[in-house]
Amino acid sequence: MARVLLNIPRTARKGEVIAIRTLIQHVMETGYRPGADGEVLPRDIIRRFTASFEGEEVFAADLSPAIAANPFLSFTMVASTTGTLVLRWQGDKGFDQTETREIMVTG
Amino acid sequence: MMAPRRLLLAAPALLLLPRGSRASPEAMAEAVRGFTGGAEIRPGRVTLEISPLVENGNTVPLSVSVESPMTEAEHVRAIAVFNERNPQPHVITVHLNPRAGRAMLATHIRLATSQTLLAVAQFSDGSFWSDRAQVVVTLAACVEG
Amino acid sequence: MTRLACILLLLPLCLSAAAEERRSGFQDMAPETQAMQQDDTANPGMLWVLEGETLWNAPAGPAGQPCAGCHGSAESAMRGVAARYPAWDEADAAPIDLAGRIQQCRAARQGAPPLPRESEELLALTAYVARQSRGLPITPPEDPRLDPARAEGRALYTERRGQLDLSCAQCHDENAGRRLAGSAIPQAHPTGYPLYRLEWQSLGSLQRRLRGCMTGVRAEPYAYGALEYVAIELYLAQRAAGMTLEAPAVRP
Repeated sequence: MARVLLNIPRTARKGEVIAIRTLIQHVMETGYRPGADGEVLPRDIIRRFTASFEGEEVFAADLSPAIAANPFLSFTMVASTTGTLVLRWQGDKGFDQTETREIMVTG
Repeated sequence: MMAPRRLLLAAPALLLLPRGSRASPEAMAEAVRGFTGGAEIRPGRVTLEISPLVENGNTVPLSVSVESPMTEAEHVRAIAVFNERNPQPHVITVHLNPRAGRAMLATHIRLATSQTLLAVAQFSDGSFWSDRAQVVVTLAACVEG
Repeated sequence: MTRLACILLLLPLCLSAAAEERRSGFQDMAPETQAMQQDDTANPGMLWVLEGETLWNAPAGPAGQPCAGCHGSAESAMRGVAARYPAWDEADAAPIDLAGRIQQCRAARQGAPPLPRESEELLALTAYVARQSRGLPITPPEDPRLDPARAEGRALYTERRGQLDLSCAQCHDENAGRRLAGSAIPQAHPTGYPLYRLEWQSLGSLQRRLRGCMTGVRAEPYAYGALEYVAIELYLAQRAAGMTLEAPAVRP
C-alpha cells in the first residue's frame, strides 16, 4: 500500500464547494531515464485517478510521465449530501489503490 | 574544452536520455489536435498559473482554473495541459462535470527545460478555450551523480 | 557553462560574501517551494512522517516491542530530541547522529533486523522523530566530550578536497548567497533534515547531502554512517545553534 496524504473536510454545508487535496507516494518513473546500469528504466506511473461521490464520478485525471513523483492532485466538489467519497489511483505494474472518506453534509 | 560528460552531469535528470520521440511544437500541436478533434481554440476563459522561473524542473506546482458556472447547461467537460519540450507533449487531462462545482485543478509537474505550456478547456457547448505560459527552468549546478 | 568554469569564475569574488546573517535555505528558495514545505498536504516529506508514525507504533523484534512501548507518545517524548542531535553515545563512547541512534535503539533494545542508512524505514522513523522538533531551536549539547569531534568536523569542513580542490567553506561560507549556475548557494545550515529534495524526488538525510557535495567536488565520499560525517554534522549543528528546525523541509 502506498502512503497517501488526504486533506478532505469531514463536514460541509449543503451546496458548499469543498476542496479535495491528495498526495500519494509513487516514483512516477518516466520510462526515459537510465538506471545505475545504463539501461532505461521501464515506465512505472500512475495513469488514472478518479474521485467518485456516492457512486457518481466527480473528477477524473489521465496522467502522463510529466506528472511529478509522489503525485499531488487538488480539485473541488459540491457537497450535496452526506456520503462516501471514493478515491482511486491506477497505473502501471498493476498499481491500484483505493481510499474512502465520509463527508457529513449539514443544513 | 567542455567535456560532454560534465555537461550531462549538470543537466536535469529528464534531459539525460530522451530516447525515442521528443516533444516539439509540432508534436504538441498534434497532441492538442487529438484532444480537440481539430476544433478551433480561442484564447481566454482559462487561467494557467505556473511560476515563470522554476528552480527545479522535477516538481513544479501548476494550477488551471476556468471561468464557468459549472451547471448542467453550461460547464467545463475537460481540461488538458500540454508542453512542447518534455519527452512527451501530454501532461495531464482532467474530466469534470457539474458535481465538481468549480473548473479547477492543481498538481505538480515535471519540466525538462525552459518551454511553453498550454492549457486547453473543453466546454459543454463544444467550444475550446486556452491559456499559455512561458517557463524558464534554471540549470542546477550541484546535482547528485 | 560547466560547473568547473562557474566555480573558477566565482573564486576571485569569494572574499566579499561572508555571511553577515545566518539564513536557512528556506529563505532563499522560490515562493512556490516555500509554500510546498509549509503545506502539510503538499509537502511530500509528510508521506515519510506518516510512515514513521506507523513504524513508531509497530511491534518489532522478538519481543514485539514497538518504539512506543518504551517511549510512549512521540509527540511528547520526542519533542526537542532532534534539536539536540548529534549527541554523545555512552555505549559506543562516540558521537552519534539521530539516524544512528534510531538504528542502535532498534538493534540493541528491540533486537529487530537492522535498518540500513537511507532505507525508507530509517528515513521515515527519523523524519517522524524530527517532525516533533519542528519550530524548536537547534540546541547542541554542551558536552565537552563532543568537542574533539566538533573540532574535527570544522577541520573537515574547511579542508580542500577532491579533484576540484574545494572545501565546504569555500562555497557555503565565502560564496554563500551567490549563484552557481542557476542555483543559490546556501549557507548550509542543517535546519530541515531529513528533507525532501526536488532533485532527489525523495526524502534524504544530511549524510546524503554531504555525500552529494563530496562527489560534486570529485572527492571520494565517506561510507554512510562514517564518523567523519557525524563530525561534520556536529560542527554544522553548532554553527546553526539557535536556528529553527523545519523538518521535514523541502529544498530544490
